[in-house]
Amino acid sequence: MAWTWFHRFGSPPHFYRIAGKLVPWFGTLAALACIGGLIGGLVLAPSDYLQGEGYRIIYVHVPAATLSMMAYAVMALAAATGLIWRMNVAYAVAASCAPIGASFTVIALVTGSLWGRPMWGTYWVWDPRLVTELLLLFLYLGYMGLRGAIEESGRADRASAILAIVGVVNLPIIHYSVDWWNSLHQGHTLLKFGAPSMPPSMYVPLITMILGFMLYFGAVLLVRARGEVLRRERTARWLLDVVGEV
Amino acid sequence: MSAPLSPGAAAVQLIRRDLRLALRRPGEWLQPLGFFVVVTALFPLALDPELSRLRDMAPGVIWVGALLSSLLALELLFREDGQDGSLEQLAVSGLSLAWLLLAKTCVHWLLTGLPLVIVAPLLATALGAPVAAIPGVMVALFLGSIALSLIGAIGAALTLGLRRGGTLLALIVLPLAVPVLVFGAQATALAIALEPLAGPLYLLGAMAVLAATLAPLAAAGAVRISLE
Repeated sequence: MAWTWFHRFGSPPHFYRIAGKLVPWFGTLAALACIGGLIGGLVLAPSDYLQGEGYRIIYVHVPAATLSMMAYAVMALAAATGLIWRMNVAYAVAASCAPIGASFTVIALVTGSLWGRPMWGTYWVWDPRLVTELLLLFLYLGYMGLRGAIEESGRADRASAILAIVGVVNLPIIHYSVDWWNSLHQGHTLLKFGAPSMPPSMYVPLITMILGFMLYFGAVLLVRARGEVLRRERTARWLLDVVGEV
Repeated sequence: MSAPLSPGAAAVQLIRRDLRLALRRPGEWLQPLGFFVVVTALFPLALDPELSRLRDMAPGVIWVGALLSSLLALELLFREDGQDGSLEQLAVSGLSLAWLLLAKTCVHWLLTGLPLVIVAPLLATALGAPVAAIPGVMVALFLGSIALSLIGAIGAALTLGLRRGGTLLALIVLPLAVPVLVFGAQATALAIALEPLAGPLYLLGAMAVLAATLAPLAAAGAVRISLE
Protein backbone atom coordinates (compact mmCIF):
# COMPACT_ATOMS: atom_id res chain seq x y z
CA MET A 1 0.00 0.00 0.00
CA ALA A 2 1.13 3.49 -0.81
CA TRP A 3 -0.07 4.73 2.55
CA THR A 4 1.99 2.38 4.68
CA TRP A 5 4.82 4.85 5.06
CA PHE A 6 2.36 7.48 6.23
CA HIS A 7 0.94 5.32 8.99
CA ARG A 8 4.37 4.09 9.92
CA PHE A 9 5.60 7.65 10.25
CA GLY A 10 2.58 8.30 12.46
CA SER A 11 3.54 5.67 14.99
CA PRO A 12 5.63 7.20 17.78
CA PRO A 13 8.45 4.61 17.95
CA HIS A 14 8.98 4.72 14.20
CA PHE A 15 8.77 8.47 14.07
CA TYR A 16 11.26 8.73 16.92
CA ARG A 17 13.69 6.42 15.15
CA ILE A 18 13.34 7.83 11.63
CA ALA A 19 13.44 11.44 12.86
CA GLY A 20 16.60 10.65 14.82
CA LYS A 21 18.24 9.39 11.65
CA LEU A 22 17.12 12.38 9.59
CA VAL A 23 18.33 15.09 11.98
CA PRO A 24 22.06 14.84 11.15
CA TRP A 25 21.29 14.94 7.41
CA PHE A 26 19.14 18.02 7.71
CA GLY A 27 21.61 19.64 10.08
CA THR A 28 24.68 19.03 7.91
CA LEU A 29 22.98 20.15 4.71
CA ALA A 30 21.60 23.22 6.49
CA ALA A 31 25.07 24.16 7.72
CA LEU A 32 26.57 23.68 4.25
CA ALA A 33 23.85 25.72 2.56
CA CYS A 34 24.03 28.51 5.11
CA ILE A 35 27.84 28.73 4.97
CA GLY A 36 27.75 28.71 1.18
CA GLY A 37 24.94 31.23 1.06
CA LEU A 38 26.62 33.55 3.53
CA ILE A 39 29.92 33.49 1.64
CA GLY A 40 28.05 34.07 -1.60
CA GLY A 41 25.92 36.81 -0.12
CA LEU A 42 28.32 38.67 2.13
CA VAL A 43 31.56 38.31 0.13
CA LEU A 44 30.98 37.38 -3.50
CA ALA A 45 27.77 39.27 -4.34
CA PRO A 46 28.24 42.84 -5.60
CA SER A 47 26.95 45.73 -3.51
CA ASP A 48 23.64 47.27 -4.49
CA TYR A 49 23.68 50.42 -6.62
CA LEU A 50 21.07 52.06 -4.41
CA GLN A 51 21.45 50.52 -0.96
CA GLY A 52 25.22 49.90 -0.96
CA GLU A 53 26.38 47.22 1.45
CA GLY A 54 23.35 47.61 3.70
CA TYR A 55 21.19 45.43 1.48
CA ARG A 56 23.14 42.35 2.54
CA ILE A 57 20.89 41.91 5.57
CA ILE A 58 18.50 40.51 2.97
CA TYR A 59 20.39 37.23 3.28
CA VAL A 60 19.03 36.81 6.81
CA HIS A 61 15.86 38.83 6.62
CA VAL A 62 14.20 37.23 3.61
CA PRO A 63 14.88 33.61 4.64
CA ALA A 64 13.62 34.33 8.16
CA ALA A 65 10.47 35.99 6.83
CA THR A 66 9.89 33.12 4.39
CA LEU A 67 10.31 30.58 7.13
CA SER A 68 8.05 32.49 9.52
CA MET A 69 5.21 31.87 7.08
CA MET A 70 6.31 28.40 6.03
CA ALA A 71 6.50 27.27 9.65
CA TYR A 72 2.91 28.42 10.11
CA ALA A 73 1.81 26.52 7.01
CA VAL A 74 3.60 23.38 8.26
CA MET A 75 2.04 23.84 11.68
CA ALA A 76 -1.46 24.18 10.24
CA LEU A 77 -0.91 21.18 7.96
CA ALA A 78 0.36 19.07 10.82
CA ALA A 79 -2.55 20.21 12.98
CA ALA A 80 -5.04 19.33 10.23
CA THR A 81 -3.35 15.93 9.80
CA GLY A 82 -3.74 15.38 13.51
CA LEU A 83 -7.41 16.32 13.45
CA ILE A 84 -8.22 14.23 10.39
CA TRP A 85 -6.26 11.06 11.11
CA ARG A 86 -6.19 11.48 14.91
CA MET A 87 -2.45 11.13 14.78
CA ASN A 88 -0.61 11.93 17.96
CA VAL A 89 2.73 12.43 16.21
CA ALA A 90 1.21 15.08 13.93
CA TYR A 91 0.11 17.05 17.00
CA ALA A 92 3.61 16.75 18.40
CA VAL A 93 4.98 18.21 15.14
CA ALA A 94 2.43 21.05 15.18
CA ALA A 95 3.23 21.88 18.78
CA SER A 96 6.94 21.93 17.94
CA CYS A 97 6.44 24.29 15.00
CA ALA A 98 5.04 27.17 17.03
CA PRO A 99 8.07 28.30 19.04
CA ILE A 100 10.37 27.90 16.00
CA GLY A 101 8.00 29.86 13.78
CA ALA A 102 7.62 32.55 16.42
CA SER A 103 11.42 32.85 16.62
CA PHE A 104 11.70 33.21 12.84
CA THR A 105 9.01 35.89 12.98
CA VAL A 106 10.93 37.80 15.65
CA ILE A 107 14.14 37.51 13.60
CA ALA A 108 12.33 38.78 10.49
CA LEU A 109 10.89 41.72 12.43
CA VAL A 110 14.18 42.64 14.13
CA THR A 111 16.35 42.35 11.00
CA GLY A 112 13.70 44.23 9.04
CA SER A 113 13.66 47.08 11.50
CA LEU A 114 17.48 47.21 11.54
CA TRP A 115 17.37 47.35 7.76
CA GLY A 116 14.65 49.98 7.83
CA ARG A 117 16.72 52.39 9.93
CA PRO A 118 19.36 53.21 7.26
CA MET A 119 17.08 52.66 4.23
CA TRP A 120 13.76 54.19 5.29
CA GLY A 121 15.12 56.37 8.10
CA THR A 122 13.01 54.67 10.73
CA TYR A 123 12.99 51.43 12.70
CA TRP A 124 9.28 50.90 12.37
CA VAL A 125 6.48 52.15 10.18
CA TRP A 126 2.82 51.20 10.45
CA ASP A 127 2.94 49.56 7.12
CA PRO A 128 0.74 46.62 6.02
CA ARG A 129 3.67 44.25 5.55
CA LEU A 130 5.16 44.98 8.91
CA VAL A 131 1.85 44.93 10.75
CA THR A 132 0.73 41.65 9.19
CA GLU A 133 4.06 40.06 10.12
CA LEU A 134 3.50 41.30 13.67
CA LEU A 135 0.05 39.72 13.55
CA LEU A 136 1.68 36.43 12.60
CA LEU A 137 3.69 36.68 15.81
CA PHE A 138 0.47 37.18 17.76
CA LEU A 139 -1.07 34.17 16.01
CA TYR A 140 1.85 32.05 17.18
CA LEU A 141 1.56 33.49 20.68
CA GLY A 142 -2.18 32.83 20.75
CA TYR A 143 -1.60 29.26 19.62
CA MET A 144 1.02 28.69 22.30
CA GLY A 145 -1.13 30.46 24.88
CA LEU A 146 -4.11 28.27 24.11
CA ARG A 147 -1.97 25.13 24.32
CA GLY A 148 -0.57 26.27 27.63
CA ALA A 149 -3.95 27.16 29.10
CA ILE A 150 -5.52 23.74 28.54
CA GLU A 151 -4.19 21.17 30.94
CA GLU A 152 -5.50 18.05 29.29
CA SER A 153 -3.10 17.17 26.47
CA GLY A 154 -5.61 15.74 24.01
CA ARG A 155 -7.95 18.69 24.29
CA ALA A 156 -5.06 21.14 24.01
CA ASP A 157 -3.99 19.39 20.80
CA ARG A 158 -7.37 19.54 19.13
CA ALA A 159 -8.39 23.02 20.28
CA SER A 160 -5.08 24.54 19.20
CA ALA A 161 -5.32 22.66 15.90
CA ILE A 162 -8.58 24.44 15.11
CA LEU A 163 -6.98 27.78 15.95
CA ALA A 164 -3.98 26.99 13.71
CA ILE A 165 -6.27 26.13 10.80
CA VAL A 166 -8.42 29.23 11.26
CA GLY A 167 -5.30 31.39 11.37
CA VAL A 168 -4.29 30.21 7.89
CA VAL A 169 -6.60 32.90 6.43
CA ASN A 170 -3.97 35.43 7.49
CA LEU A 171 -1.15 33.82 5.48
CA PRO A 172 -2.26 35.09 2.04
CA ILE A 173 -2.94 38.49 3.59
CA ILE A 174 0.66 38.65 4.80
CA HIS A 175 2.09 37.34 1.57
CA TYR A 176 0.16 39.63 -0.73
CA SER A 177 0.08 42.68 1.53
CA VAL A 178 2.90 44.24 -0.50
CA ASP A 179 0.88 43.84 -3.69
CA TRP A 180 -2.54 44.77 -2.33
CA TRP A 181 -1.68 47.91 -0.39
CA ASN A 182 0.58 50.82 -1.03
CA SER A 183 3.48 49.64 1.02
CA LEU A 184 6.79 51.19 1.89
CA HIS A 185 8.16 47.66 1.98
CA GLN A 186 9.53 46.64 -1.41
CA GLY A 187 7.61 44.21 -3.59
CA HIS A 188 8.45 40.59 -4.24
CA THR A 189 11.88 40.04 -5.67
CA LEU A 190 11.97 36.31 -6.30
CA LEU A 191 8.41 35.04 -6.35
CA LYS A 192 6.93 37.00 -9.21
CA PHE A 193 6.16 36.60 -12.86
CA GLY A 194 9.17 36.88 -15.14
CA ALA A 195 12.78 36.94 -14.06
CA PRO A 196 13.79 37.90 -10.51
CA SER A 197 14.60 41.61 -10.19
CA MET A 198 18.16 40.80 -9.15
CA PRO A 199 21.25 39.52 -10.95
CA PRO A 200 22.13 35.83 -10.41
CA SER A 201 25.14 36.74 -8.27
CA MET A 202 22.65 38.19 -5.77
CA TYR A 203 19.73 35.79 -5.97
CA VAL A 204 21.64 32.52 -6.08
CA PRO A 205 23.07 33.10 -2.57
CA LEU A 206 19.63 34.26 -1.44
CA ILE A 207 17.97 31.08 -2.66
CA THR A 208 20.77 29.06 -1.07
CA MET A 209 20.14 30.83 2.22
CA ILE A 210 16.40 30.19 2.02
CA LEU A 211 17.13 26.55 1.33
CA GLY A 212 19.56 26.49 4.26
CA PHE A 213 16.96 28.01 6.57
CA MET A 214 14.39 25.45 5.43
CA LEU A 215 16.78 22.60 6.16
CA TYR A 216 17.63 24.15 9.51
CA PHE A 217 13.93 24.42 10.27
CA GLY A 218 13.53 20.75 9.37
CA ALA A 219 16.39 19.76 11.66
CA VAL A 220 15.20 21.82 14.64
CA LEU A 221 11.61 20.74 14.08
CA LEU A 222 12.58 17.06 14.15
CA VAL A 223 14.65 17.51 17.31
CA ARG A 224 11.80 19.32 19.03
CA ALA A 225 9.19 16.86 17.79
CA ARG A 226 11.29 13.96 19.10
CA GLY A 227 11.38 15.63 22.48
CA GLU A 228 7.64 16.20 22.33
CA VAL A 229 7.05 12.55 21.39
CA LEU A 230 9.23 11.47 24.30
CA ARG A 231 7.23 13.64 26.69
CA ARG A 232 3.92 12.30 25.43
CA GLU A 233 5.04 8.68 25.39
CA ARG A 234 6.81 8.81 28.72
CA THR A 235 4.80 5.87 30.01
CA ALA A 236 5.03 3.76 26.85
CA ARG A 237 6.81 0.44 26.78
CA TRP A 238 8.79 1.02 23.58
CA LEU A 239 10.60 3.85 25.29
CA LEU A 240 12.28 1.36 27.60
CA ASP A 241 13.84 -0.38 24.60
CA VAL A 242 15.12 2.92 23.20
CA VAL A 243 16.50 4.09 26.53
CA GLY A 244 17.87 0.64 27.14
CA GLU A 245 19.88 0.86 23.93
CA VAL A 246 21.60 4.08 24.91
CA MET B 1 -41.61 11.11 21.89
CA SER B 2 -42.23 14.09 19.63
CA ALA B 3 -41.16 14.22 16.03
CA PRO B 4 -37.60 15.52 15.48
CA LEU B 5 -37.40 19.24 14.82
CA SER B 6 -36.47 20.49 11.40
CA PRO B 7 -33.24 22.56 11.45
CA GLY B 8 -35.18 25.73 10.70
CA ALA B 9 -37.68 25.20 13.50
CA ALA B 10 -34.91 24.32 15.92
CA ALA B 11 -33.02 27.51 15.06
CA VAL B 12 -36.15 29.61 15.52
CA GLN B 13 -36.81 28.03 18.92
CA LEU B 14 -33.22 28.50 19.99
CA ILE B 15 -33.29 32.13 18.91
CA ARG B 16 -36.52 32.74 20.82
CA ARG B 17 -35.15 31.04 23.91
CA ASP B 18 -31.89 32.98 23.87
CA LEU B 19 -33.69 36.26 23.25
CA ARG B 20 -36.11 35.62 26.09
CA LEU B 21 -33.31 34.73 28.48
CA ALA B 22 -31.33 37.79 27.49
CA LEU B 23 -34.26 40.19 27.72
CA ARG B 24 -34.83 39.12 31.30
CA ARG B 25 -31.32 40.20 32.16
CA PRO B 26 -30.86 43.41 30.18
CA GLY B 27 -27.92 44.50 32.32
CA GLU B 28 -25.71 41.83 30.86
CA TRP B 29 -25.94 42.73 27.21
CA LEU B 30 -26.28 46.47 27.80
CA GLN B 31 -22.83 46.52 29.40
CA PRO B 32 -20.87 46.16 26.14
CA LEU B 33 -22.95 48.97 24.67
CA GLY B 34 -22.21 51.18 27.66
CA PHE B 35 -18.55 50.25 27.35
CA PHE B 36 -18.56 51.28 23.67
CA VAL B 37 -20.07 54.68 24.50
CA VAL B 38 -17.72 55.31 27.43
CA VAL B 39 -14.59 54.34 25.52
CA THR B 40 -15.58 56.58 22.64
CA ALA B 41 -16.28 59.43 25.04
CA LEU B 42 -12.86 59.03 26.68
CA PHE B 43 -10.93 59.98 23.55
CA PRO B 44 -12.15 63.59 23.32
CA LEU B 45 -11.43 63.94 27.03
CA ALA B 46 -7.89 62.59 26.76
CA LEU B 47 -7.03 64.32 23.52
CA ASP B 48 -7.48 67.79 22.13
CA PRO B 49 -11.26 68.07 21.72
CA GLU B 50 -11.03 70.25 18.63
CA LEU B 51 -13.71 69.04 16.23
CA SER B 52 -11.53 68.92 13.10
CA ARG B 53 -9.00 66.68 14.85
CA LEU B 54 -11.69 64.49 16.36
CA ARG B 55 -13.12 64.01 12.90
CA ASP B 56 -9.78 62.63 11.68
CA MET B 57 -9.66 60.22 14.56
CA ALA B 58 -13.32 59.24 14.53
CA PRO B 59 -12.97 56.08 12.35
CA GLY B 60 -10.20 54.64 14.50
CA VAL B 61 -11.93 55.54 17.75
CA ILE B 62 -15.27 54.06 16.67
CA TRP B 63 -13.76 50.85 15.35
CA VAL B 64 -11.37 50.18 18.19
CA GLY B 65 -14.25 50.85 20.56
CA ALA B 66 -16.51 48.47 18.64
CA LEU B 67 -13.81 45.78 18.52
CA LEU B 68 -13.11 45.98 22.26
CA SER B 69 -16.79 46.06 23.06
CA SER B 70 -17.46 42.97 20.93
CA LEU B 71 -14.53 41.26 22.66
CA LEU B 72 -16.02 42.10 26.05
CA ALA B 73 -19.39 40.73 24.95
CA LEU B 74 -17.95 37.40 23.78
CA GLU B 75 -17.79 36.03 27.29
CA LEU B 76 -21.59 36.10 27.32
CA LEU B 77 -21.88 34.02 24.19
CA PHE B 78 -21.31 30.46 25.42
CA ARG B 79 -20.26 30.70 29.04
CA GLU B 80 -23.62 30.33 30.77
CA ASP B 81 -24.86 27.63 28.41
CA GLY B 82 -21.55 25.84 28.82
CA GLN B 83 -21.85 25.90 32.60
CA ASP B 84 -25.45 24.76 32.91
CA GLY B 85 -25.10 22.03 30.29
CA SER B 86 -27.39 23.50 27.62
CA LEU B 87 -24.53 23.55 25.17
CA GLU B 88 -23.95 19.85 25.71
CA GLN B 89 -27.63 19.21 25.00
CA LEU B 90 -27.31 21.13 21.74
CA ALA B 91 -24.26 19.05 20.84
CA VAL B 92 -26.05 15.75 21.41
CA SER B 93 -29.37 16.89 19.93
CA GLY B 94 -28.60 15.26 16.58
CA LEU B 95 -29.03 18.56 14.76
CA SER B 96 -26.08 20.22 13.13
CA LEU B 97 -24.20 21.94 15.93
CA ALA B 98 -22.72 24.45 13.50
CA TRP B 99 -26.20 25.51 12.46
CA LEU B 100 -27.36 25.90 16.07
CA LEU B 101 -24.24 27.89 16.97
CA LEU B 102 -24.92 30.14 13.99
CA ALA B 103 -28.39 30.78 15.45
CA LYS B 104 -26.86 31.52 18.87
CA THR B 105 -24.33 33.86 17.32
CA CYS B 106 -27.17 35.63 15.50
CA VAL B 107 -28.86 36.36 18.81
CA HIS B 108 -25.58 37.47 20.27
CA TRP B 109 -25.11 39.87 17.38
CA LEU B 110 -28.66 41.18 17.74
CA LEU B 111 -27.99 41.99 21.38
CA THR B 112 -24.40 43.22 21.27
CA GLY B 113 -23.61 44.08 17.64
CA LEU B 114 -26.76 45.75 16.42
CA PRO B 115 -26.91 48.21 19.36
CA LEU B 116 -23.46 49.46 18.35
CA VAL B 117 -24.78 50.13 14.86
CA ILE B 118 -27.75 51.97 16.34
CA VAL B 119 -25.73 54.28 18.60
CA ALA B 120 -23.04 54.81 15.96
CA PRO B 121 -24.78 57.88 14.41
CA LEU B 122 -24.82 59.58 17.81
CA LEU B 123 -21.15 58.91 18.46
CA ALA B 124 -20.05 59.72 14.92
CA THR B 125 -21.88 63.05 15.06
CA ALA B 126 -20.38 63.79 18.46
CA LEU B 127 -16.94 63.18 16.97
CA GLY B 128 -17.66 65.68 14.20
CA ALA B 129 -18.79 63.46 11.32
CA PRO B 130 -21.13 65.23 8.89
CA VAL B 131 -24.74 64.05 8.74
CA ALA B 132 -24.29 62.81 5.18
CA ALA B 133 -21.64 60.36 6.42
CA ILE B 134 -23.99 58.60 8.85
CA PRO B 135 -25.42 55.93 6.46
CA GLY B 136 -21.93 54.87 5.37
CA VAL B 137 -20.72 54.67 8.98
CA MET B 138 -23.72 52.56 9.92
CA VAL B 139 -23.45 50.15 6.98
CA ALA B 140 -19.74 49.63 7.63
CA LEU B 141 -20.36 48.91 11.30
CA PHE B 142 -23.34 46.70 10.43
CA LEU B 143 -21.27 44.43 8.15
CA GLY B 144 -18.19 44.59 10.33
CA SER B 145 -19.98 43.73 13.57
CA ILE B 146 -21.48 40.62 11.95
CA ALA B 147 -18.00 39.44 11.00
CA LEU B 148 -16.65 40.31 14.45
CA SER B 149 -19.37 38.34 16.24
CA LEU B 150 -18.74 35.28 14.07
CA ILE B 151 -14.96 35.41 14.36
CA GLY B 152 -15.34 35.93 18.09
CA ALA B 153 -17.55 32.85 18.33
CA ILE B 154 -14.56 30.70 17.35
CA GLY B 155 -12.44 32.25 20.08
CA ALA B 156 -15.22 31.96 22.65
CA ALA B 157 -15.72 28.30 21.76
CA LEU B 158 -11.99 27.57 21.99
CA THR B 159 -11.62 29.18 25.41
CA LEU B 160 -14.84 27.73 26.78
CA GLY B 161 -14.40 26.69 30.39
CA LEU B 162 -10.78 27.82 30.69
CA ARG B 163 -9.78 29.58 33.86
CA ARG B 164 -7.68 32.28 32.28
CA GLY B 165 -10.01 32.53 29.31
CA GLY B 166 -10.46 36.30 29.17
CA THR B 167 -6.99 37.51 28.22
CA LEU B 168 -6.38 34.46 26.07
CA LEU B 169 -9.61 35.18 24.21
CA ALA B 170 -8.28 38.66 23.36
CA LEU B 171 -4.94 37.24 22.18
CA ILE B 172 -6.71 34.72 19.94
CA VAL B 173 -9.46 36.90 18.50
CA LEU B 174 -7.70 40.22 17.93
CA PRO B 175 -5.24 39.03 15.23
CA LEU B 176 -8.09 37.38 13.37
CA ALA B 177 -10.25 40.48 13.66
CA VAL B 178 -7.64 42.86 12.28
CA PRO B 179 -8.74 42.66 8.61
CA VAL B 180 -12.25 43.67 9.68
CA LEU B 181 -10.83 46.54 11.71
CA VAL B 182 -8.66 47.76 8.83
CA PHE B 183 -11.40 47.79 6.19
CA GLY B 184 -14.05 48.98 8.62
CA ALA B 185 -12.00 51.97 9.65
CA GLN B 186 -11.11 52.61 6.01
CA ALA B 187 -14.79 52.58 4.99
CA THR B 188 -15.67 54.86 7.89
CA ALA B 189 -12.89 57.29 7.02
CA LEU B 190 -14.11 57.43 3.41
CA ALA B 191 -17.68 57.96 4.62
CA ILE B 192 -16.66 60.84 6.87
CA ALA B 193 -14.65 62.38 4.04
CA LEU B 194 -17.82 62.04 1.90
CA GLU B 195 -16.00 59.94 -0.67
CA PRO B 196 -17.25 56.74 -2.37
CA LEU B 197 -16.76 53.82 -0.02
CA ALA B 198 -18.11 50.88 -2.00
CA GLY B 199 -14.71 49.13 -2.21
CA PRO B 200 -14.09 48.53 1.51
CA LEU B 201 -17.81 47.88 2.03
CA TYR B 202 -17.74 45.03 -0.49
CA LEU B 203 -14.71 43.60 1.28
CA LEU B 204 -16.45 43.89 4.66
CA GLY B 205 -19.49 42.16 3.18
CA ALA B 206 -17.28 39.41 1.78
CA MET B 207 -15.67 38.93 5.18
CA ALA B 208 -19.09 38.76 6.86
CA VAL B 209 -20.27 36.12 4.37
CA LEU B 210 -17.04 34.13 4.66
CA ALA B 211 -17.26 34.24 8.44
CA ALA B 212 -20.93 33.22 8.36
CA THR B 213 -20.15 30.16 6.25
CA LEU B 214 -16.93 28.95 7.89
CA ALA B 215 -16.83 30.30 11.46
CA PRO B 216 -19.80 28.21 12.75
CA LEU B 217 -18.06 25.04 11.54
CA ALA B 218 -14.86 25.92 13.39
CA ALA B 219 -16.84 26.99 16.45
CA ALA B 220 -18.80 23.74 16.42
CA GLY B 221 -15.57 21.75 16.28
CA ALA B 222 -14.17 23.80 19.13
CA VAL B 223 -17.30 23.41 21.26
CA ARG B 224 -17.22 19.65 20.81
CA ILE B 225 -13.58 19.56 21.89
CA SER B 226 -14.31 21.76 24.89
CA LEU B 227 -17.17 19.54 26.01
CA GLU B 228 -15.14 16.33 26.01
